[in-house]
Amino acid sequence: MASTTRTPHPREKRIIFKNIDRPDWTNDIGCYLQDGGYEELKKALTMNPQEIVNEVKASGLRGRGGAGFPCGVKWGFIKPGGPKPAYLICNADESEPGTFKDRYIIHQDPHQLLEGMIISCFAVNARLAYIYIRGEFPEGAKILERALAEAREHGFLGKNILGSGFDLEIYVFRGAGAYICGEETGLIESMEGKRPYPRIKPPYFPAVLGLYLCPTIVNNVETLCNVKYIVRIGGAEYAKIGKPNNTGTRLLCVSGDVQRPGYYEFEVGGVTMGELIYDICGGLKPGRTLKAVIPGGSSAKVLSAKDRYKIKTKRPDGTMVENEIGLEDVPLDFDTLAAVGSMAGSGGVIVMDDTREMVWALNNINEFYAHESCGQCTPCREGSLWMKKITERMLHGGGAERDTDTLKSVADNIAGRTICAFGEACAWPTQSFVAKFRDEFVATAGTKGNGNGSTNH
Amino acid sequence: MSAPTELLNVQIDGVWHQFQKGTRVIEACAQAGKFIPHYCYHPKLSSPGNCRMCLIEMGMPKLGADRKPEIGADGKPVINWIPRPQISCAQDIAEGMGIRTESPMVKECRNGVMEFLLINHPLDCPICDQAGECHLQEYSVEFGTSGSRFLDEKVKKPKRVEIGPRVTLDDERCILCSRCIRFMKEVAHDDVLGFVSRGSHTYLTAHPDRLLDSNYSLNTVDICPVGALTSSDFRFKMRVWFLKETKSICTSCATGCNTIIGTRQNEVFRQTPRENDAVNSAWMCDYGRLNFHYVNYPDRLKTPQIRESQGLVDASWNSALVKAGEALKQFQKDEVAVIASARMTNEELWLTKKLIDSIGTSRHDVVPRTGKADEILMSADRNPNTLGAQLFGVTSETPGSGLKAIADKIRSGAIKAVVVLGENLAELGLTVDELRKLGALIVIDILPNETTRSATVLLPSSAFSEKRGSMINIKGRLQRLNRATQPPGMARDDWEIIRDLIQQLTGSNGIYLIEDVFKQITDSIPEMNALSLSKISDKGVQLVEETQEASATV
Repeated sequence: MASTTRTPHPREKRIIFKNIDRPDWTNDIGCYLQDGGYEELKKALTMNPQEIVNEVKASGLRGRGGAGFPCGVKWGFIKPGGPKPAYLICNADESEPGTFKDRYIIHQDPHQLLEGMIISCFAVNARLAYIYIRGEFPEGAKILERALAEAREHGFLGKNILGSGFDLEIYVFRGAGAYICGEETGLIESMEGKRPYPRIKPPYFPAVLGLYLCPTIVNNVETLCNVKYIVRIGGAEYAKIGKPNNTGTRLLCVSGDVQRPGYYEFEVGGVTMGELIYDICGGLKPGRTLKAVIPGGSSAKVLSAKDRYKIKTKRPDGTMVENEIGLEDVPLDFDTLAAVGSMAGSGGVIVMDDTREMVWALNNINEFYAHESCGQCTPCREGSLWMKKITERMLHGGGAERDTDTLKSVADNIAGRTICAFGEACAWPTQSFVAKFRDEFVATAGTKGNGNGSTNH
Repeated sequence: MSAPTELLNVQIDGVWHQFQKGTRVIEACAQAGKFIPHYCYHPKLSSPGNCRMCLIEMGMPKLGADRKPEIGADGKPVINWIPRPQISCAQDIAEGMGIRTESPMVKECRNGVMEFLLINHPLDCPICDQAGECHLQEYSVEFGTSGSRFLDEKVKKPKRVEIGPRVTLDDERCILCSRCIRFMKEVAHDDVLGFVSRGSHTYLTAHPDRLLDSNYSLNTVDICPVGALTSSDFRFKMRVWFLKETKSICTSCATGCNTIIGTRQNEVFRQTPRENDAVNSAWMCDYGRLNFHYVNYPDRLKTPQIRESQGLVDASWNSALVKAGEALKQFQKDEVAVIASARMTNEELWLTKKLIDSIGTSRHDVVPRTGKADEILMSADRNPNTLGAQLFGVTSETPGSGLKAIADKIRSGAIKAVVVLGENLAELGLTVDELRKLGALIVIDILPNETTRSATVLLPSSAFSEKRGSMINIKGRLQRLNRATQPPGMARDDWEIIRDLIQQLTGSNGIYLIEDVFKQITDSIPEMNALSLSKISDKGVQLVEETQEASATV
């Protein structure tokens, strides 16, 4: 938890983080109710569930876990009246390096999450839901347990919620400490008491064959919180926040070489990379220049400050125009970050200045993915460790001339060929670091290496 | 006949084929002559899709604005290719599906997976027991590259682990395909194996409080595509490429699992299961598999013997048979008993009944062997051919029900001569002293025991791997044994010995070949009409409809 509370930056638009660091705020239900909490639940329970699904569809809300999949479309995969029960799981396994947003919601505003969850369960007719919280959040789990007990006492959970006839129970499920449990089918396997090996898709799409092979919706913490506001203001009004196809606000977690790292909330695309770094985060450290940014958690492809990006934008008259912009001018929305070859991902913005050695930075990331690969399928299991071994050897004086090409080729042999997206997550850093900072890799292999790959230290 | 199955059109490498609905992509490709390399996929197990060796390019019909497939110039649907490679082991074919098994992308994928599998794999083929039947070796030649780009240290893992009493594990060779884990869970119903640790450091192990000690453990060795799991019994005994393979059946219970007997220079080295969905799927139990070593024992009976005053002495076949015939002729019909074995082939049992008839005795039976059925493969009847013994009248509806009376009459002296075929009368409670009092004890067997040592005439015969012949399993399936090795020394085929004994009693009977015996059988058993030993295919012939009870296995 933040040791000191901080006031939001004036450029921020705080919806989800409205209560974070509020000096008068406590995370108990009394405080939440005094602030108008659970009013959206009361409203939702008067609506037709399909109506809520339609509002979420109209809102354009995209998943905040990393993939950015439209939430309403995902909910639409659950067919009402099926023979099996439907489950909803809140993915609170926030593990992507550089990402630290969900934990603040859990720690400081747990009832916001519960309210969003209860509404979402009502919308997809789930009578049983789980919060899958990563093992490294023991305090968060306790807070959620207490919040659930409070919600039960107040009749927001249990049988016949607020006289609506809707029954729901939510349980906290604690992970045991594995990044792969954030992958939704790995998460489900883990909940079933097995090794969290992601499932093959097809046939195991969670909405069809999820938890206990029943239809299951898995949503990120931030996504579920947004549902509460969509119910409050309506899908159409929500869609006006942000940009078309990039609606709402986004929680950004800034880390690395800036003066004021931390968490922020903006309208999606409301700030550019430059504004984020220089205006909001207080700029780089004195005398430094920007070298690179990883914009969406460690698995997102790195962007170089030297590169120019061609961006197509829509003029007010509907015609398209192509602009060439630098990294600092890139607006932080889903579509633009995809267009420049990376992704909005989990919202973890990692800033690197000119003191950062790219081989070191990539090795740091490679170490993480080699450690976290579940080992189920061949390319990721063997490739992630291989890439780490190469970068580590390069760093410690064993670089070989061919290492740079081998790195790229190993990453190419992983991406797109694995059971789950971890393959991309571990390959994209290597692919992008080597592509954008090739000279540095070649030089490291050359200066620190003896050319044949053996280490003499 | 069941309703005709729907046929689907699938394009494989540019050629359109038709396959039955429900066919796996990998199987459809195989049917079209396009083999897809794979490690984790096994047709009898669930598909985890983890090895990624079977990646192919796949596409579905391109849909026009009317949501109907666009038709190309060739009159066939235009295919919209999926940019990512897909696994072929876990998906069924669909109408209009396109598959590419030889495209540059597919080749790259296979090459990449092969490289990944080999970087941490020890290059110990020269001392690996799997060499010669290793998929990693085979695919490496076909889909891999000759050199390695790997400059770093390989991952170290446990080696020479006695993971069970019959299986040895080398975790460094394991490619983590999980076939063994799935087999133990899904087929053997003993979820004892699993992976521990993570990523490239993942390794296979048994549950901490357990061993891989199931009676089906050696099937994991069969399906292990590499040298990670090897048979503690077979390893380092013989290079597999030297083995001669003979299709036969297991004779350790009434299931009659189909097998391959691996031999070299007249020695049996191993038995492995042979796929037959009507009998044993692709599996066999460890007990049956390893129940062959006695065939190779040095004390096998090799020479006919006749009891003289100084004891048993070697004799020629002719003198031994003459001696046996003369001895039997001295007694009244019911002073002679015949104890046969339900481990004998149909042909042997048929002739045994002829011998019984020639003697004219009503005192005959087989020795039953029973145990607990395991609801997987092992039958409660541990004799392989009880049905044959019943069918030909060597025993009754209740095998063994006549044994006590026979034993009592031997003790009382009412029975003065016994012909024993492949059984040990000590198992009926008869002592050597009691057996020695018999006027004649004609014994046909392969290994020494109390009965052979008490014989007046001892005739050495053949073990299961040395025989051609047939048996009927518990489900009424007629199956064939084939000769994999020659009997040792002067030992002969059992059927020939019995035929010669009959000839001693009744003169020539016109039987020269085992086919003549089989002809006699088929002429008198309506269910077997028109069959010959050759016509019993490698997978057997079902003689009677399976009963509910009998089909309760596998």
